[in-house]
Amino acid sequence: MNYFQLFDLPATFELDLTELGSRYLALQRKFHPDNYAAASNRDRLMSVQQTANINDAYHSLKQPLLRAEHLLALRGLKISHEQRSFTDPVFLMQQMELREQLEEISTSEDPDDAIMAVEQQLQQQRKVLLKQLAAALEANTAEQNQQAAELVRKLKFFFKLQHELELIEQQLQD
Amino acid sequence: MAYSNKVIDHYENPRNVGSFAKDDPSIATGMVGAPACGDVMKLQIKVNEQGIIEDAKFKTYGCGSAIASSSLVTEWVKGKSLDEAQQIKNTDIAHELALPPVKIHCSILAEDAIKAAIADYKQKRGG
Repeated sequence: MNYFQLFDLPATFELDLTELGSRYLALQRKFHPDNYAAASNRDRLMSVQQTANINDAYHSLKQPLLRAEHLLALRGLKISHEQRSFTDPVFLMQQMELREQLEEISTSEDPDDAIMAVEQQLQQQRKVLLKQLAAALEANTAEQNQQAAELVRKLKFFFKLQHELELIEQQLQD
Repeated sequence: MAYSNKVIDHYENPRNVGSFAKDDPSIATGMVGAPACGDVMKLQIKVNEQGIIEDAKFKTYGCGSAIASSSLVTEWVKGKSLDEAQQIKNTDIAHELALPPVKIHCSILAEDAIKAAIADYKQKRGG
């Protein structure tokens, strides 16, 4: 299913999220099962199915990585369930170092400072990768789409690091 | 999700955690990662002149199954030739640790890590 089509939006990575939000709400209202209380079984079922599709589509388009994955899937590059190992040694070494930095936060003299320092690094790196991703998806050539897939994989590591950092922050607050 | 006893054992008492000096010519390093879960795995082997893996160390950031898989592999490769170590299959790892289907990718990661380390060693020797 083409989620962009469902919301009648252009299939692009750069998306107006406010517009997506209002179209989502309008479609939700239109297909809300309450509107089909008196309808036939078939139409009621259709409204339930359609509501589920709308929710899935909104969820996927709202988040940049899922949106990029959907866009790539539409272009014939399915990467969302791949189990292939990632093997770029330079990138992985950097990930290792960032993980080590995370590990050292709780024993550092000023954990808040340490968190801030990692947070800034992660933010900076994410920004660079997202910018490259947007450019690769915009170019939309076979080569650039492969490049975009590689960038999505890298960004997943950074989103995971962000999640780990937030867990550490929570633990320190408790 | 319940971990098997073997996974818990390796997780609580991981074997061969750590790093070797990277500039030592007898050391080779395999680095792999799984984008889906963000796991990162480093596996190092120390190979002697006869091409036998004398020692191995790992460092893994990931779930219990990923740590157990890499810990197990470091035990398995010790004393093996490079060719023998190359034969280690993820299915053997998954079977030994009784990994559930959703954790099979952790054993794939460990297999790829040892293969990457062997490739690194051959490249070091060849180049």
